[in-house]
Amino acid sequence: MPADGGSTDRIVYSAPIGDEVKTTTCYMCACRCGIRVHLKDGRVRYIEGNPDHPVNKGVLCGKGSAGIMTQYSPARLQAPLKRVGPRGSGEYAEISWEEAMETATGWLKHVRETDPKKLAFFTGRDQSQSLTGFWAAQFGTPNFAAHGGFCSVNMAAGGLYTIGGSFWEFGEPDWEHAKYLMIFGVAEDHDSNPIKTGLAALKQRGSKIVSVNPVRTGYSAIADEWVGIRPGTDGLFVMSLIRELILTDRVDGEFLVRYTNAPWLVVRNPGGADDGLFARDADGKPLAWDRARGAIPADDVTLSAVLVGDFTLEDGRRVQPVFNLMAERYLSADYAPEAVAERCGMTAERIRRLAAEIADIAFNHPLTLDIPWTDVWGRKHDKMVGRPVAFHAMRGISAHSNGFHTCRALHILQMLLGAVDTPGSWRYKSPFPRPIPPGPGPAGKGAKPNTPLTGNILSFTHGPDDLLVEDDGTPLRIDHSFSWEAPLGLHGMMHTVIGNAEKGDPYKIDTLFMFMANMAWNSAMNPMETIRCLTAQDANGDYVIPHVIYSDAYFSETVPYADLILPDTTYLERWDAISILDRPIGSSHGPGDAIRQPVIKPDRDVRPFQEVLIELGARLGLPAFVKEGGSPKFKDYPDYIVNHQRMPGVGPLAGWRGEDGTKKGVGEPNKDQLQRYIDNGCFWRHNLAPEESYFKHANATYLANAKAMGMMGNSNQIVLQIWSEPLQKFRLAAEGHGAKQPPAHLRERVRTYCDPLPFWYAPLEQQQHDTDPFPLSAVTQRPMAMYHSWGSMNAWLRQIHGSNKLYMSRERAIAEGLAQDDWVWVESRSGRVKAQLSLMEGVNRDTVWTWNAIGKRAGAWMLTPDAAEAQRGFLLNHVISEWLPAQTGPRMANADPITGQAAWYDLRVKVSKCAPGEEGVTDPFPTMLDPPPDMPATPDILRYNEGGQKP
Amino acid sequence: MTSLPAAQPGAKKLGLVIDLDTCVGCQACATNCKEWNTSGHMAPLPDHNPYSAGQEGVWFNRVHSYEAGDGEEGRTVHFPRSCLHCETPACVTVCPTGASYKRAEDGIVLVNTDICIGCQLCAWACPYGAREFDDDAGVMKKCTLCVDRIYNETIPEPQRQPACVTTCPANARHFGDLGDPSSAVSQLVAERGGYELMPELGYKPVNRYLPPRRAPKADAGPPRDAGPLPSQITNPLLRWVDKVLSR
Repeated sequence: MPADGGSTDRIVYSAPIGDEVKTTTCYMCACRCGIRVHLKDGRVRYIEGNPDHPVNKGVLCGKGSAGIMTQYSPARLQAPLKRVGPRGSGEYAEISWEEAMETATGWLKHVRETDPKKLAFFTGRDQSQSLTGFWAAQFGTPNFAAHGGFCSVNMAAGGLYTIGGSFWEFGEPDWEHAKYLMIFGVAEDHDSNPIKTGLAALKQRGSKIVSVNPVRTGYSAIADEWVGIRPGTDGLFVMSLIRELILTDRVDGEFLVRYTNAPWLVVRNPGGADDGLFARDADGKPLAWDRARGAIPADDVTLSAVLVGDFTLEDGRRVQPVFNLMAERYLSADYAPEAVAERCGMTAERIRRLAAEIADIAFNHPLTLDIPWTDVWGRKHDKMVGRPVAFHAMRGISAHSNGFHTCRALHILQMLLGAVDTPGSWRYKSPFPRPIPPGPGPAGKGAKPNTPLTGNILSFTHGPDDLLVEDDGTPLRIDHSFSWEAPLGLHGMMHTVIGNAEKGDPYKIDTLFMFMANMAWNSAMNPMETIRCLTAQDANGDYVIPHVIYSDAYFSETVPYADLILPDTTYLERWDAISILDRPIGSSHGPGDAIRQPVIKPDRDVRPFQEVLIELGARLGLPAFVKEGGSPKFKDYPDYIVNHQRMPGVGPLAGWRGEDGTKKGVGEPNKDQLQRYIDNGCFWRHNLAPEESYFKHANATYLANAKAMGMMGNSNQIVLQIWSEPLQKFRLAAEGHGAKQPPAHLRERVRTYCDPLPFWYAPLEQQQHDTDPFPLSAVTQRPMAMYHSWGSMNAWLRQIHGSNKLYMSRERAIAEGLAQDDWVWVESRSGRVKAQLSLMEGVNRDTVWTWNAIGKRAGAWMLTPDAAEAQRGFLLNHVISEWLPAQTGPRMANADPITGQAAWYDLRVKVSKCAPGEEGVTDPFPTMLDPPPDMPATPDILRYNEGGQKP
Repeated sequence: MTSLPAAQPGAKKLGLVIDLDTCVGCQACATNCKEWNTSGHMAPLPDHNPYSAGQEGVWFNRVHSYEAGDGEEGRTVHFPRSCLHCETPACVTVCPTGASYKRAEDGIVLVNTDICIGCQLCAWACPYGAREFDDDAGVMKKCTLCVDRIYNETIPEPQRQPACVTTCPANARHFGDLGDPSSAVSQLVAERGGYELMPELGYKPVNRYLPPRRAPKADAGPPRDAGPLPSQITNPLLRWVDKVLSR
C-alpha cells in the first residue's frame, strides 16, 4: 500500500514572501508600471505589480514578471573598461572609475573647448531625457537625441501638430466607455498593460475591436475583426474611410466648427507668398466665414460658420474654408474604395462596411455622461456627449515613410467623427493637450565653444526660420534632423548618425557618446554597414570616428565597438525620475510622474548612468552642474531630481513640491520629496475632477487648472488642426518664397511632401527602385514577452523566444513551392539573410514577417555561440538599408521625408529556397564576440531559489 | 496505486477559469508563476542550459500559440496550459509511492517530493501534459495552485490567489471554488459556456476554459439616410454650401 503523501507533505502555508518589500518602477519595457519587489536576504524573491499604481493597477506582464532574470543575468558588465585592441576585437582592460571619468572628461573637454557640435550624444531607449537633453544643451552640442527617430516620431509629430496630443504617450482610448475600437499596426505596444486591461474591458462590455494589421498576432488575435492590410497602405484605407463619411454626410459638423480649424479661411493665391496660409485679421486671429457677417475672427462664439464656398475678403484676397479644401481632397476618385481596395489588400465592400459601422456607432449610439462642464467661451453644458469610437495606432503606421501623413489622416478621421477627447473616444493623457505646435523652435543654432545652447534641443519647428540649417541649406545636425530633409525631425535621427559621422556629412565628429542603444546590432538599419562605419580608419590608420563612449548595463553587441565603456546599473539598482518634463506617467484621468529607487545594492563596480552624467557635467564645468567657484552643484542624481529647477518652481518631479510638500506642479524644491514619493509607492498622481475630464482642448476648467499647474503657458483653446500651416510654410519656401529656401536638390521633395493636408503616396523606397523582383513586403513585430525588454540575457524569456522564423502565408508559400521549415534566402535590393520558414494563415498574402531582435550575434549577451539566438535567430535588419536607393545628388535617409522616422517597414523582398547544404545556420554570421574580462561563468543549470520552503 | 479521497457532495474544488476570449498570449501568467514558484513550495524550478543551446526549464504554466481555421476566418489562439486539478486524476492513481496525491479539503493535486521516486508514471498518465519533471532533483513537480499563497495570512486578502491570476493583465484568469455553484467562478462558467478539456477521458478536470465570445454584430444601420446616394450627386460638396453650423 503506498504511503499517504498528503499526510507527510511539508507545506508552509503562511511563510512571509520575503523579509522586506520595496516599491519602484519597472523598466522591463517602456510601460512604466509600478512594482513591489520582495527581498529575501538582500536578493530578489518576487516582483509583483503594485495594486495601488495608476498604470498597471496590480497586474504585471510577462516581461516585468521575469525581471529577476534580467537582474541576475551573467551578461551584466562588471567594471569600467578601456579598449586595448582594435575596435571589435573585444580586447579590453578593466579600469577604475577615476580613470574612466578622467578619460571621458579629457575627450569631452577638448571637444567643448574647440567645437562642441563634434560631440554626438545619443541615448537610445532612455527614460531620462529631461536630464540627458538638458545636459547636451549645457554642453553646447545640437547633436542629441534618443531613439524616437527610429521608433515613433511619426506618431508623435503627426499627433502633436494635429490634435496637440498623440497616440500612446500623450493619449489613450477611453477604455471605460468606448463602444468600438479600431487599432492600426499594433501587435503589442509601449502601453503594454493598460492596453491589455483595456481590451479585456471592452470585450467584456461587448464592444467591437477591429485590428488593422498585416499579421494576426498579439492584440489582433483577440480582435473581433482582423483586417490583414498590405503594409504601407493604411493611409489609403483611412482616406477612403474619410471619403465615405463625407460622401454619406456622416460628419460631426458641430464638432468641426467648435473645436477644429475646419471653418478657418485659407488664402487661395497660387504662386503667391501667402497661398495656403490662414487669412488673419489685424490682430493675427484666423478668420472664418460667417453667414451674415462674412469674415470674422474664427474664435467668435457667435460664429455661424459656412464650411463650403469661395469667398473674397475686403482686401481682395480669395479664401476658402479648410473644410472645403479637405473635402475636395478626399472626395477625389483616387480615394474611392474601388480605387484603393486592391492595393490595400481588401475589398471595396469591406471599406464601405467599416465606414458605415464606425459612423453608426458615432452618430446613432452617442454616449452621454451627466457631467456639467464649461467651455472656453464660458458656456455651461449640463452633460458631456461623446462619439464612442476610439482609435489607436503605433508602429505599423509609424515605421513607413508615409507614416506622418497617415497618422495625420487618422486624426482627421477622428475629428470628422467628433471623436477627440469625448466620452468613449480617444482621450488625451495629461499633461496633454498642448498648443499646436507646442513651444519654441529647436535649439542648436550658433553652437560655440564653452557655451550652452539656450532652449530645448528637441523641440518644434513652426516654419523654415526654425530649421537648423546653414544659409545654403546644409544641415547643422549630424543626423540631418530639423533640416530640409526632415523639417519636423522632433526626435532626431539616430539611425543616420553613425553613417553620417563616418562620411563626414555634414562634418566629421570627434566623440560618439551613446547610452543603451544597440547600434552595432538590432537597433541599426543594416548592422554590418554600421559596424563598418564604427571601425572605418583614415589614411593614417586612425578611426574616422575618433572616440566612442558607450554606457550599458549588459554585454551587448555594441560594447566591443566602444573605446570606453561606462557600466550602468540595472533598473532595480538606481534612482530615476519618470519626469513631468519628459514623458511622465499621466493618463486621461490626470497628470502623474514616478521615480525609481534602488531596491538592491549593485554587486559590481558599476554606477548609474545618470549619476555619471551629472558628475561629468561638473568635471566639465557645465554651468548648470557647478556652483560658483566650480565645485559640483549636485552630489548625486537624487540631489539633482529634487533640487534642479528648469524654471523657478519647476523641476523633474511635479508632486509634493514646495517646502512643506503641499504644492503640485509648481513650487520650491522640497528636501523630503523623494521620501514622499517612496511613501506613496514611488509615484505621484493628480486626479482630474469630472468636469475637466473631457473636451480638454476647449474645457475652461481644465485649461485654467493646467496652466496653474505649469503644464502649459496659457489657457487658450487648442484648436485642432486639419490644415497644417507649418507644413504649408515649408512648402511655400520650396516654391521660392521667403529668405530660407531648400537647396535645389530638395526643393521638389519639400514641395511635394510638406502638404498641409494628408495625402497617400507609395513608400519612398518603393517609389525609387524596381519592386517587381521583390514582390513581398517584409515587416517585423516584437513579441509581447520581449517588447522593449532588451534582451536574450534573460534565462526565462529566452525559453519563450529563443529563435525566430520567417512567417509567410501558407497559400502563397505552397504556390511558390515552399514548405514548412524550409531554409530560405530573404533578399532585398541591399542584401540577403538566411532564415527558416514557417507557414501561417494569419498574414497578408503579399507580406512576410518575423519577430524582431531575437537573433543575436554569437558570443554577445553571454550566450554561448551555439545558442539558438545566434544559430537560427536572424535579423531582418541585415536586408534593410539606412539609405534610399542611389539617386543623383546627396544620399537620403530611408525615412519619412517630414519627420525623419526610420522607414523600417517599407522593405520589399523576395524569398527563395536555399541550395542543398545551406540549411541549418543563419547568414550573415559575423565572427563570434569575446566577452570582456572578468565576466562571470554561465551555469549549466540555474536553480534560482530565494527562500523556497523545500530546497 | 494511490487512492483518491472519497468524493464528498459539496466538497470544495479549487481551480482556475481561463478566458480564451481575452488571452493575448503575453506570458505574464507563465513567468509570474515561474518567479513565484521557483522560490515557493516546490522550489526550485530549474533551468537547463540557461545561456546556451537547448534552454529548457521547469514551468508549471505554459502558453501555447497556434492557429485554428483557414485564412481570414481563422483565429490565432493563445492557450495557457497548467494542471487542471482533475477530480479523478490518473496521475494520482498511477503513482506507486503515494507521492502524488489529491487533497480532500480543497481538491488541489500535489506531489510530495520527499517520497517521489521520479519514475514519471504520472507524466505518462496525464493526458494534459501538466506534469513537469525536475531531472536535476529527480522528482516530479507541478502546479500547486499556489497553495503557499492562497492560504497565506501574510499576504493581503485580495492577493491570496494564484500568482498567474493576480498578474494577468487581460483579466483572463479567475480563481475560485468550482464545487460551489454560487461562486463567482461557477457563475462565470455558467454565463459564458465554460467547458472542460477532453471530458471524454473521464478524469473530470476542475479547471474550465471560456470560449471566445461571438464577435459583436456591429449594426451598421442604414448609413445613407442623409440624402441621395453618392452616385446620384454630381458634386457632394454642394450639400454643404447652405449648411450653416453654429457653436
